[in-house]
Amino acid sequence: MNAVSGCSPQEAVERALAASRSDDCVVIAEETSGANLRWAGNTLTTNGVSSSRQLTVIAIDRRAEGASAGIVSRAGVRPEQIEEVVREAEHAAGEAAPAEDAEPLPGAGTDGSFGIKNGEGHWGSPPGRTEIGVLRDFAAALGETLREAAAADRKLYGFAEHNLVSTFLGSSGGLRLRHDQPAGRVELNAKSGDMTRSAWTGAATRDFTDVDIAGLDAGLSERLDWAKRSISLPPGRYETLLPPTAVSDLMIYLYWSAGARDAADGRTVFSKPGGGTRVGEQLTTQPVTLSSDPLAAGLRCAPFVIAHASGPDSSVFDNGLPLRSTAWIADGALAALHSSRHSANLAGLPVTPAIDNLVLAVRTPGAAPTSGAGVPTMEEMIASTGRALLLTCLWYIREVDPQVLLLTGLTRDGVYLVEDGEVVGAVNNFRFNESPVGMLGRLLEVGVTVPTLPREWGDYFNRAAMPAVRVEGFNMSSVSQAS
Amino acid sequence: MTAGNGQSRESAEPAIDPEFTALPLRDLADAALTQARALGAQHADFRAERLRGQRIGLSDGALQTLFDADDTGLAVRVIMDGTWGFASVVDLTTDAAAQAARQAVEVAKVAAAMNTEPIELAPEPGYGDVTWVSAYQTDPFTVSVADKVALLTEWSVALLRHDAVSHVDASLQQVRECKFYADGATAATQQRVRLSPVLTAVAVADDGRFDTMRTLAPPAARGYEYLTGTGWDFEAELAELPDLLAAKLIAPTVQAGHYDLVIDPSNLWLTIHESIGHATELDRALGYEAAYAGTSFATPDKLGRLKYGSGVMHVTGDRTAEHGLASIGYDDEGVASQSWDLISAGVLTGYQLDRRMAQRCGFGRSNGCAFSDGPNHIPLQRMANVSLQPAPAGGPSTDDLISGVEDGIYILGDKSWSIDMQRYNFQFTGQRFFKIQSGKLAGQLRDVAYQATTTDFWGSMEAVGGPQTYLLGGAFNCGKGQPGQIAPVSHGCPAALLRGIRILNTVEEAQ
Repeated sequence: MNAVSGCSPQEAVERALAASRSDDCVVIAEETSGANLRWAGNTLTTNGVSSSRQLTVIAIDRRAEGASAGIVSRAGVRPEQIEEVVREAEHAAGEAAPAEDAEPLPGAGTDGSFGIKNGEGHWGSPPGRTEIGVLRDFAAALGETLREAAAADRKLYGFAEHNLVSTFLGSSGGLRLRHDQPAGRVELNAKSGDMTRSAWTGAATRDFTDVDIAGLDAGLSERLDWAKRSISLPPGRYETLLPPTAVSDLMIYLYWSAGARDAADGRTVFSKPGGGTRVGEQLTTQPVTLSSDPLAAGLRCAPFVIAHASGPDSSVFDNGLPLRSTAWIADGALAALHSSRHSANLAGLPVTPAIDNLVLAVRTPGAAPTSGAGVPTMEEMIASTGRALLLTCLWYIREVDPQVLLLTGLTRDGVYLVEDGEVVGAVNNFRFNESPVGMLGRLLEVGVTVPTLPREWGDYFNRAAMPAVRVEGFNMSSVSQAS
Repeated sequence: MTAGNGQSRESAEPAIDPEFTALPLRDLADAALTQARALGAQHADFRAERLRGQRIGLSDGALQTLFDADDTGLAVRVIMDGTWGFASVVDLTTDAAAQAARQAVEVAKVAAAMNTEPIELAPEPGYGDVTWVSAYQTDPFTVSVADKVALLTEWSVALLRHDAVSHVDASLQQVRECKFYADGATAATQQRVRLSPVLTAVAVADDGRFDTMRTLAPPAARGYEYLTGTGWDFEAELAELPDLLAAKLIAPTVQAGHYDLVIDPSNLWLTIHESIGHATELDRALGYEAAYAGTSFATPDKLGRLKYGSGVMHVTGDRTAEHGLASIGYDDEGVASQSWDLISAGVLTGYQLDRRMAQRCGFGRSNGCAFSDGPNHIPLQRMANVSLQPAPAGGPSTDDLISGVEDGIYILGDKSWSIDMQRYNFQFTGQRFFKIQSGKLAGQLRDVAYQATTTDFWGSMEAVGGPQTYLLGGAFNCGKGQPGQIAPVSHGCPAALLRGIRILNTVEEAQ
């Protein structure tokens, strides 16, 4: 056990494919590293660095009654164990019933999307790696910010992390694809010394060089000042300004619920009564587009399918399939549902696999949806408000009724009342019951699209760009005492 | 070696995964702890883990998901000049263990710039070389995938035979968790097995309405015997599921208002989890989770004074319940598992602790709630099995509780849940809702959600059922912390009668 372990992930892919005896085989090798810092009440609470190496082998046994897939994923595999993992996957394939999503594997002749071709580019270079040094300057700046906050009778809480995953995907059909995904974020929560006022902000970052922690704290300090006047409001339906982070959390849930398989089965908000899906149906009169694009500026993500397991709308048989810019909602109409080749076939829709980023933008005449030309900023939307609630973010969002995609959740860390273009004070928190699909039909105004960190779903999905929106009659179902 | 911590065992005593015990666990720990001390760490602890997992999913009886995972790694945690440092690596070699110790010390040095509170740990006796294994009969990883898929297929096909059932989802998650912990005074080798079988039937009407109904069987720290008749009668539950679903699809929608509720343990466990379990975590009450999961209204200044609920409310925390998902012999800080009171006669009397917070708040000793969901994460204070105790033997049956309601609703099974960041305002739905009229069930209702404030809700609890109504519910994946971690946890409770709870009509909420 003391032998130096390890070989490069590219070599692990090749060795596993060479060892394969099954009809087809897909191998995914991933190198993951991460570093994080967490703080509360102006002091450090936890921290850590971690690294891992994962090998996933998908053995495909094509029998007369259909193809079966056996999948084994193991961490820390040593070179001499690679063949063992392959055999385990082959054994699992031999035991498994035929897979309903069986398809031919994408071949080496498949165009890699957006210029990434098989075996070209940086396939051969070493995997990326992050370590605690990425956070060294940030930690020093944060330490100073924590001391200043303490001196000003504010308490700061938050979290910063940086992760890097290098993924190498190879198949017996000749695919060799690689993707490096850096992902970082910082979240900052400021509370008044007596804990009665609270504000939050967050930012996604790829490398922490663009994070201004003192600037983030200054913004929160202003919001705590807004909250020095408190206003009690009852539950009810309010005109509400949702900032980009709140919009992202609602749109991400909508996106997750926009699978082709369940829609075709009649069990989602996107099912058409009597059969089929609602693709093509107008959801809002606002000319908004909800889309994903692996090459979106600042939001780049894997440009090919990486599937460790099959599900309703994902398939291990699709591994390596190229991903292209996809509009889920175009000019206010439902345009696509995410799918595997199998579920797209069941639903009678084009193949549009899920992509790991999301952008909502409004189109103005003569301008590209994301240009921002002629579209108001958040500040301009506040300035043009007669009376509305201004939220900071949403929290604990859960599905209540899939028929209409009714979601419940809470407002958190700052609800403000805007009157005659000015923030006049902080309002109590509310529990909301709203459908993001229904909400699209009640959009009064859509602002400029900006990068944002989803407060609720940022752990799983943190590449998003969203506008602020003004919604008519947002349903605040009850008052929350939390502050 | 000594045996575990009073954990009872069934029939043949399960053995710890021999591939795990064959690892040079003590050599790895020695390399890490020696290196950490040489670098000046005031405290160091070591974990090595192997987590075997398998997910099986079927859609309408056809295999959709089959995924086997085998995660291993080691972790070193140090206190260096009063600051935590943590590092983990995947390679199980003495070189890697020593390297992890060096990295942990380096992390502590970087993080020292933002630390103002020196870390001190509550004392805990050393236990020497100990082992502990959870109670189960058949390791699910010894059962063939073919047999598991065949059973789930058989159940799915049986459900699909019913005219009302349009689709069936079936899933089975299984975990075998092996941990080795060492701090120089204790070396604990432990193994837990758990599984979560779920079947969901879907009905789709011609007019586009649809509804679902899921089995009520909770996840359990049991072996494969759980699927073959020990601990749950799946055959009986599946036999009644289609008719229940058919009746639910055509049931009248609920009229919003205030109702008396009889809540089955299959639903109440989740309300306990959210409104009591998380609220009595001391790290939350102290603000450690303020920027993420949130804090708690049950702050330490209220200990012994806060009226949490009615006088029939007795809630305990434990890491010892047989088949409890949070049960273990020793936690991830080497603390022997215990049980204790959290709420006594409706008054807050305790918290869930780890060693740092126990020391900081003067509790003297941790009650053993430190847990990490894998070798790549630092241990946090995580939830024990938090359970509402039943009435003494001879206490009311569920029918007795229902008979005391004039106009109310009987709720079974969990579904949607949400609670605010201080654990005041919550909203839950369920799987099955039966109207209660004049003390008797009078058919199902649809579109029901209950909404309340924690102390009002528990203050309205008039009665709890007897031991015969008690069930250990729970979840595989309670989330907390940043980076996010999941934890398995159980909650036992009896049926309960609560008066005057607000009921929403979810269709009206969406309009």
